[in-house]
Amino acid sequence: MKIDEATVDKVAMLGRLELDEDKKEEMTEQLNDILEYADKLNELDTEDVKPTAHALPIKNVFREDKVEESLDREEALKNAPECEDGSFKVPQIIDNDE
Amino acid sequence: MKLYELTAHELNEKLTAGEISAQEITESVYQRIDEVEDDVQSYITLTKEEALEKAKEVDEKLANGEEINPLAGIPVAVKDNMCTEGVKTTCASKILHNFEPPYNATVVDKLNQAGTVMTGKTNLDEFAMGSSTENSGFFITKNPWDLDRVPGGSSGGSAAAVAAGEAIISLGSDTGGSIRQPASLCGVVGMKPTYGFVSRYGLVAFASSLDQIGPFSQDVTDCALALNCLCGHDPHDSTSVEREVPDFTEALVDDVSDMKIGVPKEYLGEGIDSEVKEAVQSAIEKLEELGATCEEVSLPHTEYALPTYYLIAPAEASSNLARYDGVRYGYRNEEANGLIDMFKLTRSEGFGDEVQRRIMLGTYALSSGYYDAYYLKAQKVRTLIKQDFEEAFAEYDVLLSPTSPTTAFKIGEKSDDPLQMYMSDLCTIPANLAGLPGISIPCGLDSDGLPIGLQILGDHFAEEKLIQVAYTFEQNTDFNKRAEL
Repeated sequence: MKIDEATVDKVAMLGRLELDEDKKEEMTEQLNDILEYADKLNELDTEDVKPTAHALPIKNVFREDKVEESLDREEALKNAPECEDGSFKVPQIIDNDE
Repeated sequence: MKLYELTAHELNEKLTAGEISAQEITESVYQRIDEVEDDVQSYITLTKEEALEKAKEVDEKLANGEEINPLAGIPVAVKDNMCTEGVKTTCASKILHNFEPPYNATVVDKLNQAGTVMTGKTNLDEFAMGSSTENSGFFITKNPWDLDRVPGGSSGGSAAAVAAGEAIISLGSDTGGSIRQPASLCGVVGMKPTYGFVSRYGLVAFASSLDQIGPFSQDVTDCALALNCLCGHDPHDSTSVEREVPDFTEALVDDVSDMKIGVPKEYLGEGIDSEVKEAVQSAIEKLEELGATCEEVSLPHTEYALPTYYLIAPAEASSNLARYDGVRYGYRNEEANGLIDMFKLTRSEGFGDEVQRRIMLGTYALSSGYYDAYYLKAQKVRTLIKQDFEEAFAEYDVLLSPTSPTTAFKIGEKSDDPLQMYMSDLCTIPANLAGLPGISIPCGLDSDGLPIGLQILGDHFAEEKLIQVAYTFEQNTDFNKRAEL
């Protein structure tokens, strides 16, 4: 057992997910299956191997520091569930018990 | 003969000869959609009105004697994880059920510039996570070869649309095989270009170091035409490669006599259905008859690719999907008490099971205390997998393997066991980890009459070799069949 329900709770919080009891139980079991499967990687000695984050070389992308056209505010707000006075509106943040 | 049965290049010939109009082509495809869409369910959104308008524009250009792109007037379906300005882009998820992008993906812009006619947006596994399109948050797409079976995934809608004649070409995305595997299961051609050769701007992110966009088509010629349209540098995509784009149609050469082909033994071992193996062996024999040299080769780290992928892809996904919070677009739970509560309820209600599982897995793999054991370890194994390919391509022009270990499985057959479902991508995942191009072409049918796909893999930017081998095989066999519906 690599991961218990307490860890699943913690990970769910980090991922901003809420799992009910049934789902938590199922998730715990499935994550354990997958992680046990991933243990196969420990057969390999990778002490001197460098990690690969990208398969092809990548480089920084720069451009001149000048103002260019960008997404219009009205268009940016078009899909918002709620907005007010040209801003996204969200529930109250201060005085939150979490 | 129905127009929807023809390939893009056949339609283009008739179009430029004045035998048909773009509007007639579009009407034919929509008539076909009317006939079969209730059964197949390839599409989430249809764009008939806009399509007919675009076709009319193409016809006007022709009437004015203007030259047109080889893809002008061709109906193309777009997977619903590529942004289309003013047209819903849902990723087959409740969380984006109402999202109307304010911009186009670069590939959509390129298709528009070429004069293609977008028929609509196709179904997928939610956020491109899956191998059967059963994870769609809306409905399951069916395989046109057998409506009780899956089309593969995550681009199952795009593959099924081409197989069913509901689009002439379609676009898919491929993170671990999501173009090649459904192409195999639906008996069409599907190509994953080299990472960075096609812009990912406007592709809703799943796993940014693995994602790639590519075409589905009825034959290799159409695939080459589509690549001509899609490939090229894009300043909007920071991982886009600055490289001259060849004319891929020049690779449509019926000759493999100078080709040295490697057959990795690890891709024909345990876990591959015997009929799939037989079809691939027959394909190898055919290519040898045609003058290619085929030899067994070893890629010793192949068996580690799947666990590596299932640590790296979810890790990247968990970061990418953090943007779905109910604030700026998409679904928001309106009864939440406070901001954190809104995040949690929005995401838990908006994402399906598979997406949640991968967010959990990825969050865990990246979290404090586990990062080194999981994510970093996987990135190191990725290096070993990449090196295997480098060594192989120092000796061989291309590598050949099955695309999928099985033919199309029954709907529901694997959906209760995540690990069994993940095995569907056994043959396709290594190429994504190494950023390689790969193509799947039909190479036979099994005893149930289901298509089998042959995967051809190439070194970085060796798309022309893949097209040449695929074209040669295609010209000398007769496996490009259409599903009967």
